Amino acid sequence: MRAKLQLVDVWKSFGDNSVCNGINLTVETGELVCLIGASGSGKSTILRCINLLEPIDDGQILLDGADISASELDPRSIRQRVGLVFQSFNLFPHMTALENVQLAPRRVLRRPEVEIRKQAEELFERFGLADRMKYYPDQLSGGQQQRVAIIRALAMTPEVMLLDEITSALDPELVGEVLDVVRRLKSEGMTMILATHEMAFAREAADRVCFLDQGRVIEEGPPEVMFKSPREARTRAFLQRVLVTL
Amino acid sequence: MLEARQRRRGIAVAALSTALTVAALIILIPLAPGWEKVRKSFFDGEILIKTFPRLVEAFLIDIAVFAWCAPLIAIWGLVIALCRDARSPSLYPLRLFAIIYNDLFRGVPIILVIYLLGFGIPGLGLPRPWNSPYIWGSVALILSYSAYVAEVYRSGIESVHESQRAAAKSLGLSHADVMRFVVLPQAIRRVIPASMNNLISLQKDVALISFVGPVEVLRQAGIEKSLLANFTPYVGAAILFLAVTVPATRAVDRMMTRQKLQRS
Repeated sequence: MRAKLQLVDVWKSFGDNSVCNGINLTVETGELVCLIGASGSGKSTILRCINLLEPIDDGQILLDGADISASELDPRSIRQRVGLVFQSFNLFPHMTALENVQLAPRRVLRRPEVEIRKQAEELFERFGLADRMKYYPDQLSGGQQQRVAIIRALAMTPEVMLLDEITSALDPELVGEVLDVVRRLKSEGMTMILATHEMAFAREAADRVCFLDQGRVIEEGPPEVMFKSPREARTRAFLQRVLVTL
Repeated sequence: MLEARQRRRGIAVAALSTALTVAALIILIPLAPGWEKVRKSFFDGEILIKTFPRLVEAFLIDIAVFAWCAPLIAIWGLVIALCRDARSPSLYPLRLFAIIYNDLFRGVPIILVIYLLGFGIPGLGLPRPWNSPYIWGSVALILSYSAYVAEVYRSGIESVHESQRAAAKSLGLSHADVMRFVVLPQAIRRVIPASMNNLISLQKDVALISFVGPVEVLRQAGIEKSLLANFTPYVGAAILFLAVTVPATRAVDRMMTRQKLQRS
């Protein structure tokens, strides 16, 4: 079977700061892969590169086997297929939740207005926010804002969802409602990559966990193996540091 | 309670010191040796009443010029700001144009631009109405003011956080759509009060086009002055400008305060 998404020896640096040093990563259809690692280990940069927000210096990013990092491609057609959700939500503050969700289907997919409206309402309904559609982002809680941001990405019917530390900016009591959304998407078969500090969630929900350090995938495997008996000393050290605080 | 008493006391002190200052001015200025002459040639009530209607009529021209210049400045300034923000290397010429434009028109006194266009272009022998000093005086104002307004827009565009562009791009929006639907609506809202200040100075600078011909209020006051050998019409013109700019300034101040409150 062909992988849904594959990163082959991806390199990326910002000036002198080398962030990805030969990343290899494979994600199968319907899989939830968690990226863990300290801040600055390259998790966010990988996701931004897959969404083509950052050009890569070297390597390949294959979506359904086709290299999407080739510069002659129109990045916009790829971004429709790969949704990205940010740590800081990045909702558009001058639009209501509903307008946030409808903007891209309207301008990019150019679907009929009735269809756009119907699909958006269904999404809000599905994620328990039907009564919040007309609210502006600053009238919503952090958890609600992040769920709207997820809905906004889903409205483009992406094939892959990239979730960049989507719970890191939330108060602890709001983390659960956002992770519930991820569980739900997984049960519906969405292919996802989640960069996260939520070790408990990674252990419970991930199909595979990748540990990153200094821009490389140091070790990867099923969560029960990664959390119980990691092979690499660096993985053990990292897990010891973060699991102590759990 | 204590606070209210303090505030009352503050108001009383302010009122008293203002009254003293005004009284001192009223008593002291007439003591100056030339006061009687100045009073007659600048503050002649009869002349003011006689010339005022004609000044008001001429002031309507100032308002008309303002009314057609302001929206054109808003549009042209935005075009310059967007050129200045062009990021793709292939659009560098636009960016360069905007940079040179802004340097040029912010570096040259407006009155000079008005002279050059107002006398220069009609000199080309264009047919009517294209030799009208109203047109070229207005064009000069529009060109100069757009440079300032473009900078205001630009500060607004730059104040929209990069993450907003990233979010819009990640959804597949084109560069133009990112600007139109995400960046500009936020940027323009933020710079409205600052642009209002520009509008207020434009209202005053409209008087400068009188230097190339149009008989607007400043010119009209000059004519009256020559006829009556008295400067009072200039004071009349000043009163007319103040009647517009002072309320406008207050309104903008209130707007800015409100915006500050909203953001905090």
